[in-house]
Amino acid sequence: MDIKRIDEIIEKHDSEESSLIQILLDIQSEHHWLPKEALNRVAEKLQVPLSRIQHIATFYKAFSLVPKGRHEVHVCMGTACHVRGAQRVLDAVQDATGIKPGETDADLKFSLETVNCLGCCALGPVMEVDGKHHGNIAPSQIASVLNNCD
Amino acid sequence: MSEIHLQIDGKDVVASEGMTLVDAAKSVGITIPTLCHHEKLEPYGGCRICTVEVEVRGWPKLVAGCIYPVEKDLVVRTRSEKVDKVRKVLVEEMLAHAPDSEQLKVLAEEYGADKDRFDKHPSFCIHCGLCVRYCAEIKKKHAVGFVDRGSNREISFFPEIAGKECWDCKECFPLCPTSALQAAYVLAESLMSPPEEAGGCGCSCSGHKK
Amino acid sequence: MTRLSSPEKLECARKEIVAKIDPSKPCISVCAGAGCLASGAAEVIAAFKTELEFHGLTTEVNTRGTGCPGFCERGPIVMIYPGEICYLQVKPADVPEIVSHTIKEKKVVERLLYVNPATGEKVTRESEIPFYKNQQRNILSENIRLDSKSIDDYLAIGGYSALSKVLFQMKPEDVMGEIKKSNLRGRGGGGFPAWRKWEESRNAPDPIKYVIVNADEGDPGAFMDRALIEGNPHSILEGLIIGAYAVGAHEGFIYVRQEYPLAVVNINLAIRQAAERGLVGKDILGSGFDFTVKVHMGAGAFVCGESSALMTALEGRAGEPRPKYIHTAVKGVWDHPSVLNNVETWANVPQIINKGADWFTQYGTEGSKGTKIFSLVGKISNTGLVEVPMGVTLREIIEKIGGGIPGGKKFKAVQTGGPSGGCIPEAQLDLVVDFDQLTKAGSMMGSGGMIVMDEDTCMVDIARYFIDFLKDESCGKCTPCREGIRQMLRVLTNITTGKGKEGDIELLEELAESMGAALCALGKSAPNPVLSTIRYFRDEYEAHIRQQRCPALACKEMIAFHIDPAKCKACGTCFKQCPAEAIEGGKKRIHVIDQEKCTKCGTCFDVCPKQFGAVGKISGEPVPPPVPEEKRAL
Ligand SMILES: Cc1cc2nc3c(=O)[nH]c(=O)nc-3n(C[C@H](O)[C@H](O)[C@H](O)COP(=O)(O)O)c2cc1C
Ligand code: SF4
Ligand code: FES
Repeated sequence: MDIKRIDEIIEKHDSEESSLIQILLDIQSEHHWLPKEALNRVAEKLQVPLSRIQHIATFYKAFSLVPKGRHEVHVCMGTACHVRGAQRVLDAVQDATGIKPGETDADLKFSLETVNCLGCCALGPVMEVDGKHHGNIAPSQIASVLNNCD
Repeated sequence: MSEIHLQIDGKDVVASEGMTLVDAAKSVGITIPTLCHHEKLEPYGGCRICTVEVEVRGWPKLVAGCIYPVEKDLVVRTRSEKVDKVRKVLVEEMLAHAPDSEQLKVLAEEYGADKDRFDKHPSFCIHCGLCVRYCAEIKKKHAVGFVDRGSNREISFFPEIAGKECWDCKECFPLCPTSALQAAYVLAESLMSPPEEAGGCGCSCSGHKK
Repeated sequence: MTRLSSPEKLECARKEIVAKIDPSKPCISVCAGAGCLASGAAEVIAAFKTELEFHGLTTEVNTRGTGCPGFCERGPIVMIYPGEICYLQVKPADVPEIVSHTIKEKKVVERLLYVNPATGEKVTRESEIPFYKNQQRNILSENIRLDSKSIDDYLAIGGYSALSKVLFQMKPEDVMGEIKKSNLRGRGGGGFPAWRKWEESRNAPDPIKYVIVNADEGDPGAFMDRALIEGNPHSILEGLIIGAYAVGAHEGFIYVRQEYPLAVVNINLAIRQAAERGLVGKDILGSGFDFTVKVHMGAGAFVCGESSALMTALEGRAGEPRPKYIHTAVKGVWDHPSVLNNVETWANVPQIINKGADWFTQYGTEGSKGTKIFSLVGKISNTGLVEVPMGVTLREIIEKIGGGIPGGKKFKAVQTGGPSGGCIPEAQLDLVVDFDQLTKAGSMMGSGGMIVMDEDTCMVDIARYFIDFLKDESCGKCTPCREGIRQMLRVLTNITTGKGKEGDIELLEELAESMGAALCALGKSAPNPVLSTIRYFRDEYEAHIRQQRCPALACKEMIAFHIDPAKCKACGTCFKQCPAEAIEGGKKRIHVIDQEKCTKCGTCFDVCPKQFGAVGKISGEPVPPPVPEEKRAL
C-alpha cells in the first residue's frame, strides 16, 4: 500500500471534502479495491469521519472493500438483456466459476458482478470479461469463454 | 414571525412559520405518532409513521408530518382511512424486525397491526437512525453509522472509534426503539481493544499497535 | 489555440474551419458509440487507417469516429461521404474492398447495404432506410455529422452560435421567454416544464446558483443520454451555459455515471476545448459572463439520478434523497438554488434558441412539444435509438421503425419509464407518445427506455425483475420503500416459483398503497411495474397462483423441458450439449430428459434443430412419463 500515491490522489482533488467520492473512485480504479489503510488516510487528510467514508464505500456499487480477482466478469442484467435471457447466462457463469455476483473466488481468479445495462442492448444478452464484450452469448458458450482466461 | 392559518382534522390552527405539521398539531392537542423524529436532531423523515394526508390545490397527498412545513390554508387529515392503512402496514413491516419493541406494540394496538403479518427478519433494526444521528450531530463522535443501502442497509459501530468513545457515553442506548443497537454494540465490542491498550493508529488492526 | 474574445471572432473562426472543408473530399465515418465499439468498431477504424496508408490515401481521405447514429442492431456502421453511402455490420475484413471499390472506384459494395426485408430491395443512402426514414432526428442527426472529439467539427455545423446569440442579443429574460414559449418539458422523467424550474431559481435571492446536467441514466435498457453526451458533448455544454446565463448561475456540474467511461472522457475533453477557445471560463466571448463547470462521476447508484440524491452526491456524500418540500431549484446543492435538467433537455436548448420556439412547437402534441429519443430494445427487430416527434403512436414506433417482433413471435407488451414506469399491452398500442397519455395508461414517459416484450416474456417475472432491481437500488432510508420492496419481492418470488397463494395480488396492492408514503419518487413509483402488470395481465398472475402455470413458459421453477418422442430424430445435438448430462440418448434412440438431473438451463431447447423442434416446454401439467427403454429405438 503506497501511502504517497494516496496522498497524490487526494492532492489532485485539492484535498476537497466534496471530492471524497471522486478520490475514492480514483483509488478504486488504481487498486481495484479500497484498502483499509487508504480509507484511514483519506479520513485523516480530508478531516471527514470514517463513518461517512464507510457509508460511501458500501453505498456505491463501484467500490469494493475486498480485493478483486484477476478477471472481472460482468453479466448485464439490464431490462433488454433480461427479456433476452440474461438470467440463464448468469446461471451458467455461476456454474462455471462457482461464485455468486459480488464474490471473488478463493484463488483470486474471477470476480463476478451483475451490471445494469452496458448500453449495448442490441447485442443482448451480454457478458463482459475484462472489458471485452461478448454479445448474443448463449449459456452453452460460457464455459469455453471463461476457460480461455488464465 | 408571521402567523399561518391552516386546518388540521377540521380544527382551525394558527401556527408560526417554520413549524412542522407535528408541531402545529401538538399545539391543539392532536398527536401525530413519530418514531425517528427527535427535537434536538436535524429533520430526517425516515420512518414515515408520521404520514398524514394533506390537500394541495384539491389533490390529496401523503406527506411526513415531522418535516412538512405549515402552509397557509393547508387542509390536513391526521387520521383518514388511507393514513391508518398506511401506518398499519408500516408498523407490520417494522414488527417483522422488532416484534418486542414497546413503542411498536403500542402503535400496533392503535392501528390494528398484526405482528405476524410478515415473516420475521433476523435484524432488529428499524433504521430510525436516532443513534447514528445523535452520535454525529450532538456528540460529534461518529462512532456508529449506516453501511450499505436498500434492503441491506444496517447500522454499524466502528470499533476504532467506538473503542475510544462509547465506553463512557452510551447515551444513544435509551433512544433506540428496539434492541438492535445494543446487539450491534456487543458485536462491535468484541472487535474493540480495551481503551488503555489502544495506541498507534487507534484502530483495532494488529499491525499498528505500539 | 486562440481565445475567441468576441462574437465576430467566433464567426471568423467558423468561416476558417468551413473554408478548409472540401465537400468533395471523401470522408469515412465509423460509429464509435458504445454499441458499435462492442461489436468491433475500433478494429474497423484501425483497419481503415492501415488500408488508407497502404494505398497512400491518408491525406486524401478523412476518417473519423462519430457518435451513435442509432441503428445499433446493425453495427458497426460505416458511412461514406459524399454520397451518404451506408454500410452495415462491417468487419475489418470488409475494409480493403470498401477502400478499393468505394473510395477509389466510386462503386458501391452491394453486399454491405441494407436490404429492405419487405421488398428485398437494397438501400444505399442512410436516409432511405425505413428505420431512419420514419424518424424526426432533430437532435440525433448531429451525432453522425461530427467527430465527437473535435470542437472544430461542432463549430463547422454552427456550434456555439446559440450561445453567442444569447450573450449578445438576448437578455436573460428573453431566453427565459423563449424557453417558456417552447414549453420544453424535462426529458429525464417527470416532464416538468424547464422554464418553471429556471424561473424559480432565477427569482431566488441567493446570488450563488448552480446549473446541473443529469447524465446518470440509471434506467436499465436506456442509453439515449449516453449517445448524446458521448457523441455530441459540446451541444450539452452549450445548452448548459445558455441555461446558466438565463438563471444567473456561474457554476455548473455534469453528473455522469462512471459506467460510461467514454462519456466522461468526451465531456471532459469538450470542456477543455471550450475553455481554450474562451467559450467556458471567465468573460465568455468577451461578454463579461463567467461560467465554470466540473464533471462529477457517479459511483454506481440508481437513486442518484433522483434530483435531491444527485445533489447530495455532488456534495461528496452517500446519495440519499432529501425531502423536497422546498424545491431544489431554491435550495439544492449546499442549499443554493440549483437547476437540474436531463442531458436531452439541455441538448434541445441551443436548437430552440437558434431556430426559435415556433420551430420547436411545430413538433408534438398540445401538452408535449418537440421530439423525444427512445431506446427501443428487447424483442424487436431493429434495436437502437429512435427520435420521433411527440404524438406518434407506440404502434408506429414498434412496427414501422422497429420493424416488429423478430422470429414471427407475437407482441405482448412494451415497457416504458424504467423501474418507475409500467407495461402497456397490445390493446393500447395506438396510444400516442406524450407525457400525459403514457401516465394515464399507468406507465410514464420516463427517460425514454422502451422495452418490447413478446409472448415468451412472463409479465409477473417482469414485475419481479424491476422490484428485484430496486431492492438493491433503494437507498434504504425510509420504511415504505425499503420494507415495501422487500415484502413485494417475497410475494412476487413466491408467485414465480409456484408458491403463490390466494390473496397475494391484494397484498401487493396493499403494499403498493403504503409505498405512497415514501420519501422520494423512487419508492413512490416503485409499485408501478407491479400495478400495471396486475392491471393488464391479471390472468397471468392468476394462472401462476391458481394453476401453478406460467403462461409464457418462462418461470424456471414452473416449467419442465420435454422431448417429444414423435419428433425426436436422435440427432444427438442436445445430448452432446446438455451441461447437466441430463439427457439419455444413443444412436438411433429417442432421447429422453431425466427430470431429476435437468437444471432447466434451456440449452436443449435452443440447440434442437429448427426443422425437428422436438424439445418443448411444459407448465401447469405433469410431464408425460418417459418412453420405456425398450421402445426407444427409432
Ligand atoms: C429514482 C430516480 C432515478 C432517476 N434517474 C434519472 C436519470 O438517470 N437521469 C435523469 O435525467 N433523470 C432521472 N430522474 C429524474 C430526476 O429526478 C429529475 O427529475 C430530472 O433529472 C430533471 O431533469 P428534467 O426536468 O430535464 O427531466 C430520476 C428520478 C428518480 C426518482
Ligand atoms: S423512497 Fe426509497 S430511495 Fe427514496 S428515500 Fe425512501 S428509501 Fe430512499
Ligand atoms: S417521525 Fe416523521 S418520518 Fe419518522
